Amino acid sequence: MTFTIPIDNGDSVKNAEADSQRTLYPYVTGTSIVAIKYKDGVLMASDMGGSYGSTLRYKNIERMKAIGKHSLLGASGEISDFQEILRYLDELVLNDNMWDDGNSLGPKEVHNYLTRVMYNRRNKFNPLWNTLVLGGVKNGESYLGMVSMIGVSFEDNHVATGFGNHLARPILRDEWHADLSFEDGVKLLEKCMRVLLYRDRSAINKLQIAKITEEGVTVSQPYSLNTFWEFKAFHNPTAGAEGSW
Amino acid sequence: MSQSTVDVPPKGGFSFDLCKRNDMLIQKGLKAPSFLKTGTTIVGLIFKLSWFLSHCSDMVSSQLRLHRYQTGRDSRVITALTLLKKHLFSYQGHVSAALVLGGVDITGPHLHTIYPHGSTDTLPFATMGSGSLAAMSVFEAKYKEGLTRDEGIKLVAEAICSGIFNDLGSGSNVDICVITKGNKEYLRNYMEPNPRTYVSSKGYSFTKKTEVLRTKITPLMERVEITEVTGEAMEE
Repeated sequence: MTFTIPIDNGDSVKNAEADSQRTLYPYVTGTSIVAIKYKDGVLMASDMGGSYGSTLRYKNIERMKAIGKHSLLGASGEISDFQEILRYLDELVLNDNMWDDGNSLGPKEVHNYLTRVMYNRRNKFNPLWNTLVLGGVKNGESYLGMVSMIGVSFEDNHVATGFGNHLARPILRDEWHADLSFEDGVKLLEKCMRVLLYRDRSAINKLQIAKITEEGVTVSQPYSLNTFWEFKAFHNPTAGAEGSW
Repeated sequence: MSQSTVDVPPKGGFSFDLCKRNDMLIQKGLKAPSFLKTGTTIVGLIFKLSWFLSHCSDMVSSQLRLHRYQTGRDSRVITALTLLKKHLFSYQGHVSAALVLGGVDITGPHLHTIYPHGSTDTLPFATMGSGSLAAMSVFEAKYKEGLTRDEGIKLVAEAICSGIFNDLGSGSNVDICVITKGNKEYLRNYMEPNPRTYVSSKGYSFTKKTEVLRTKITPLMERVEITEVTGEAMEE
């Protein structure tokens, strides 16, 4: 999907200048994010890859960051736009702290702020090319929501972005249930990330899992999943079908 | 379709033989058939001895029968594969058929996928169609080698259900076809996970032909009379 408005004034120099002021396509992209609510809060998983088109250019990108005391933001899509969003949120949190009134921004508020930002940018045909996942816990209540690059925003018990929409959501719909324990939640997320690793070309086997509870945010160290490639059929797939492939 | 496996090999490319006849029929008032684009989920899976198909296509069965008579041997899966891929390649992707082909022959069970442009894969488990990612996520999470027949049927049904419930282009019921050596079993409507919720106890009846109240015909083209004018009409 590209954002182009037909501007028919015949002046290609002016058009190029106008076009350079708005995002037309993404360059360095992160792939899916998968997140679920569990007993104590929210669990979110993402891999650490940044693709430059079909090249896996960067392998150490953290696509999940803590926002304030109560929220965790994960992003897929254009990495530079994600970094821009983090700067906006930094300013938001700073101003919130300056009030020094004992209140702090909760996940609902941050989600609402992000929705407004994304929707307004989309209305100006200059979107931030991200799908954001916002999870958090405040006053014992867990919250998990998603905002897309065109401003579509909703909250749910489990969310997935990018390829996760097609590959992880069926698994989550079948196997998520309320009050998952931490271990079960991690196992469920790893199941989804494994399928994504098998089937999404821009996924890499280096992922982080982030947890947010009433106590705060912890982002795990990067680790890799076990994969299985030893099916007999994979060793000699055309055993009985000589000449095919 | 005028391809025979014996006489003249097909020259390849699109055959325009029927176009003149189709045009003539349309002029005579026949409505051309429109394309029915259906979303779908199809999966295939090899279990211990044999394999399953959950959605079959039997386009080349007559060609295979002729081949059997000629060679005196049972057909093989790769023969069907080659016939299908030749057909699809010659249409350069314009026949939008994505197929899962499976079978058991003298060399064992086989499962292949065939894409609209004619490329093929040989796999132990495969999915195609708009619901293929939903079904593939079930396969990647749950497939193991050495499944028994019942485990295989259950896994395939689960994958199709995943397509039915998670893909907007797929729906209604699950049909399964189990093929073992020399024998195929077609489990039509193996699962019906979307039954009609409310059914009227009286049954349904529809009214007879619509009554014509009034007829009015408006000619769209006026009748034009041409009269020859001698001499000065267009002299300037």
